[in-house]
Amino acid sequence: MLKIGPYEFSSRLLLGTGKYPSLDVQKEAVEASGAEILTFAVRRMNIFSPEQPNFLEQLDLSKYKLLPNTAGAKTAEEAVRIARLAKASGLCDMIKVEVIGCDKTLLPDPIETLKAAEMLLEEGFIVLPYTSDDVVLAKRLEELGCHAIMPGASPIGSGQGIINPLNLSFIIEQANVPVIVDAGIGGPADAALAMELGADGVLLNTAVSGAADPVKMAKAMKLAVEAGRLGYEAGRIPKKRYASASSPMEGMSVV
Amino acid sequence: MTLVINGETVAVPDEVKTVGDLLAHFRLENKLCIVEVNVRIIQKHEYGTTALCDGDRVEIVHFVGGG
Repeated sequence: MLKIGPYEFSSRLLLGTGKYPSLDVQKEAVEASGAEILTFAVRRMNIFSPEQPNFLEQLDLSKYKLLPNTAGAKTAEEAVRIARLAKASGLCDMIKVEVIGCDKTLLPDPIETLKAAEMLLEEGFIVLPYTSDDVVLAKRLEELGCHAIMPGASPIGSGQGIINPLNLSFIIEQANVPVIVDAGIGGPADAALAMELGADGVLLNTAVSGAADPVKMAKAMKLAVEAGRLGYEAGRIPKKRYASASSPMEGMSVV
Repeated sequence: MTLVINGETVAVPDEVKTVGDLLAHFRLENKLCIVEVNVRIIQKHEYGTTALCDGDRVEIVHFVGGG
């Protein structure tokens, strides 16, 4: 089970809800992914066209926990404002703290992220900060009381997979709260690797929504996360430099 | 009365006196949205009692797809 604050989840795949080709595809993909936590963004409503379909309104909210993000925030104060708006919906108390510090790489601002996390923890939020793969920052966020740490595998939406597995494994080894690898996952192998490294979960969006067949990819990611987790729990063999025969050397029949 | 809603100047009829009236006017009363007036979040139970004044800055936001 994945435990985040007071909540427990059987799925270790967290799914983003942005940029799907259609609402129908999105619904099917969410279903196929088996995800129980879905991320959302908070944006201005188009008040002049209230009939516009909204994915959230079509969702069975008893089946999913919402994880709104603070995307768009560049300062701790902006992130806190978005988080408060999200919580005022009455639908959620978890928040993905996302404070971007660089428009080109979309890498998080570590100082503002830390500040925002501290303020939101004080207000009683369940705080999941999106961070870079900085080992010390992850430690500091945990010490503040964050309920999970979400280091990026590589830049958001880049699909480059895990570019620093060493740092990620350091973060995982030292953490006493769940580590969820967030952002940069490209294919199922990346998700499986994150889980094999010992991550407690994987959060992805574009890898599914941008796939040629999002529904099939959602299922692939579900299986990859499960396979990676099983592999981690099973304990993989250490790597050796030379071969070691699987078949016995004794009892060879020789003519 | 004129309000600034989501950054746009919008004229609303005189019968719009509260946040609740405003949502009803735009047919948003059953929509999943969150309202802020002059940077103060208005909780749902305050909709009927929160009066709007000319020039108020109103933000009406909701959840959209995001990662």
